[in-house]
Amino acid sequence: MRTKNNVISTKSFKNIWSGFLFGLGLVAFMDETIFHQLLHWHHFYDRETTEIGLVSDGLFHAFSWFATIGGLFLYADLRRKKKGKASKWWGGLLFGAGFFQLYDGTIQHKILKLHEIRYVKEVFIYDFIWNLLAVIMIVIGLLFLTTQNKRKSVT
Amino acid sequence: MNMHHQMPSTGGSISLTLLFSFLYICLLVLYLLLVVLSNRHYKKWSSSRTACWFVGMFCLWLSVATPIAKQTSFTSHMICHLILGMLGPLLVVLSAPMTLVLRTLKTNQARYLTRLLKSIPIRFLTHPITAALFYIGGLVLLYTTDLFASMHQHFFIYLLVHFHLFLAGYLFTASIIYIDPTPHRYSFLNRSIVLLITLAAHAFLSKYIYAHPPVGVPLDQAKTGAMLMYYGGDIIDAVLIYIFCYQWFYATRNTTNYNLSVE
Repeated sequence: MRTKNNVISTKSFKNIWSGFLFGLGLVAFMDETIFHQLLHWHHFYDRETTEIGLVSDGLFHAFSWFATIGGLFLYADLRRKKKGKASKWWGGLLFGAGFFQLYDGTIQHKILKLHEIRYVKEVFIYDFIWNLLAVIMIVIGLLFLTTQNKRKSVT
Repeated sequence: MNMHHQMPSTGGSISLTLLFSFLYICLLVLYLLLVVLSNRHYKKWSSSRTACWFVGMFCLWLSVATPIAKQTSFTSHMICHLILGMLGPLLVVLSAPMTLVLRTLKTNQARYLTRLLKSIPIRFLTHPITAALFYIGGLVLLYTTDLFASMHQHFFIYLLVHFHLFLAGYLFTASIIYIDPTPHRYSFLNRSIVLLITLAAHAFLSKYIYAHPPVGVPLDQAKTGAMLMYYGGDIIDAVLIYIFCYQWFYATRNTTNYNLSVE
């Protein structure tokens, strides 16, 4: 029984991990295209940016780029081995997306002062909506991940 | 105070352009010659590899012997940096030059070469961590010290920097994606960590240049150059990451244990 449970958990773990990576990458990609390139709300560099902020930006930038591609390859791997589990994958995706958005909105924007969401007076409204959306994504993601577990324990 | 106007245009004399162009033609001919010779004994050499070599060599030629290389602005330097240090090396790695050389040589000659490739110095140089340090270290020296300014004053330094840029780019790419025979292999997980940190360092350095332009570089050029390095690097890195992930995906087709496979 123990081994069987372990097999199930690794399978779920791989689905969550793949979704998490892709979700994180997707949000970072959207942040880059929409807020940096299209709207020009975010700045490439802000005079207040701390050096540690640049380190964090570099690491997360590289990680998210890698995660977008790697997450999809992991998904392809799950598909070809017929181990895909949609709820785990989507749960992981929402959790990853929310996690990165929350990290970006709190630590990177506020503490490390990488840049603001938009250079306006009422930036706190933007911050509030940004982080609220992040928390909503995390909560829905976690709901996806936990409801499936309950159903499993019932059957 | 615009120092870049005083910089002598380097790599620009006509004789050098001719020399580099001659070398470029020679390298194309040499590759084709090896393809023709080895095709007699083995199955036909893939034409996409030949194409990679041609485009890769074109990148090198473009960044040392054409008007792009002759300009001293930081923006055109950064285009050279991307072509010579990232795109060119990637294409050269994909063209599998070592495989081609090995299949052209006679067996006993090829053995000498593989023995050389297995030697400790080569093993040290092609280790992912050494290659990454060699690569990023060179960039840090170039952009955070006076090296960038002195490169434009001394032709020898100019040559050395450009040679290093390509060689380090090649070593790093070859240490991450295995196209040619690689005697000392490292696991995908280890290589992915090195790749990740190197990409992060590259992104960090780009923004660092934006904030602190190298000596003698005007602010507006530093900004454009930095953004070119950041986003241009991303595009080429996407190809590198894709190939890396594909090799990982391919190697794990029959297994569920990802960490053990080093193929």
